[in-house]
Amino acid sequence: MTATASPATRSAAGAPDLTRAALSGRRRFTNHLATAAIWLAVLLAVVPLALVIYEVVAKGGGVMNMSFLTEDIPNSYRRDGGGMAPAIVGTLLITGAAALMAIPLGVFGAIYLNEYGKQRPLARVIRLMADVMTGVPSIVMGLFIYISWVLLVGQQTGFAGALALACLMLPVVIRSSEEMLRLVPDELRQASMALGARKWKTTLTVVLPAAISGITSGSLLAVARAAGETAPIIIVTGIVFSPNVNLFDGFNTALPAQIFRNASQPFEAAQDRAWGAALTLIVIVLGFTIIARLISSRFAIKER
Amino acid sequence: MARNETDLSTRPSVAVHTPGVTASGVGTDSASVMQLRDVSVYYGNYEAVRGTSMPIQQNQVTAMIGPSGCGKSTVLRALNRMNDPIPGARVSGEVLFHGQDLYAKDVDPIQVRRQIGMVFQKPNPFPKSIYDNVAYGLRINGIKGRLDDHVEEALTKAALWDEVKDKLRKSALALSGGQQQRLCIARTIAVKPQVILMDEPCSALDPIATAKIEDLMFELTNDYTIVIVTHNMQQAARVSHYTAFFTAEVDDQQVRHGRLVEFSQTGKLFTNPADKRTEDYITGRFG
Repeated sequence: MTATASPATRSAAGAPDLTRAALSGRRRFTNHLATAAIWLAVLLAVVPLALVIYEVVAKGGGVMNMSFLTEDIPNSYRRDGGGMAPAIVGTLLITGAAALMAIPLGVFGAIYLNEYGKQRPLARVIRLMADVMTGVPSIVMGLFIYISWVLLVGQQTGFAGALALACLMLPVVIRSSEEMLRLVPDELRQASMALGARKWKTTLTVVLPAAISGITSGSLLAVARAAGETAPIIIVTGIVFSPNVNLFDGFNTALPAQIFRNASQPFEAAQDRAWGAALTLIVIVLGFTIIARLISSRFAIKER
Repeated sequence: MARNETDLSTRPSVAVHTPGVTASGVGTDSASVMQLRDVSVYYGNYEAVRGTSMPIQQNQVTAMIGPSGCGKSTVLRALNRMNDPIPGARVSGEVLFHGQDLYAKDVDPIQVRRQIGMVFQKPNPFPKSIYDNVAYGLRINGIKGRLDDHVEEALTKAALWDEVKDKLRKSALALSGGQQQRLCIARTIAVKPQVILMDEPCSALDPIATAKIEDLMFELTNDYTIVIVTHNMQQAARVSHYTAFFTAEVDDQQVRHGRLVEFSQTGKLFTNPADKRTEDYITGRFG
């Protein structure tokens, strides 16, 4: 169209109509459709989450009290009362020990991959292996630890469980930490280098702090996932009915294993304990999350 | 000849140096702190810059100008071995610093960069507080105690102290672009290098911030030697004492190389260039 546009479409010397009404019907329809689709997706994602939390709180809240958290597990599923103290202790110790092993190792592995190995053959092999390890089912990892550790020391222990969980966490920590390190702008490394910093110093004092909150989130996801693992715990830690704080001697147990055992019983008392254990596990994972956020915010600089 | 005034070898050393008192008998030119002799920079088999020879004069601003892709930034980064981590990058010829070849076998690139600092095109403060940004270089170089004094001195020299003295603990990322760049300069001069390399330090800044940095460069020549790469010919004419004009040329095999065309005092280069290509460039007929 040339400058001779009709006054009806371009009134007042070419001032275009900027209101929504000027949009074509098709574009308006597409716009509304996209908005509706996004809201639908949000609902679909939130509804199951809310239902899970509601169910667990409603059913588990009933048995939740001080004695549930502190008393031993009854050695008969049929019996009323009792608590989950051994499983709570076991979950905290086993998951904690696994995190202590897997997170430092995983972060160092990620530092090697992103800062030193880059595209070297060794780094590529490690990256591939980590990806493959992410897909290994947890029961396979449990059997691996059973063969390589439990049979070696001749005993099922909490530490064997921690080893299995650490093996499950390691690839997740490596890959998520590497992604976070990759996001650190190269300009920061160059600035540090130009000030005469050695590479390890740059990595430790510039790159790692810049990526720390992302690394924490990734590691946390791995911890949360490991805290909920059932199969390897059942295979390599055995079972106890009173708390065992020694990871290296004697059987142990954890909340997911107790949920599995108690929920599959026909007795109402056992099923109640399973719900209570589920609620406890969710609260513990929430606790991990809050602690990790506090730690990472201590590293982050204040934007006051 | 007083060679090796600054020990850059891998042996740990505390290189005490007072800028401005080393003019006697260094290199071929009594006033040059650095000397490039037939320097070529390669990326793999590609020769990015061919055969550059020029001096860097003590306590003067030397500007490198030229069209995009002429290799001026590459040459600048060769002066403190910033190209080292790039796979396949290497340098032939000699880059002499007080008569010592920076690319000699036993020279430690870390020691080189402690003496020859760099300010980058894009302001790149660390995501730390303003104070920690300046203190960073001091800490990694093992300077302990009186950090506060060193930080204040560096920020004052970078003409930033008055603007930030009340918010030293705030994030450096909250500063404006021009302030960030001056912070980066403060960070560089805090470790007291002899030479400061600046890679288009004002290209991301507005004219007012640019003017501040240019004033600052003039002040800094009291203590430091400055080499600046700039796209802006007016800037080179304003701030520099010497100017090197680079251009990209295509050789017999149809490969582009960066080349140094002319090096002389800035006034002479801009008013009475010896080379036709320089004249074409500065009069806007080319580039």
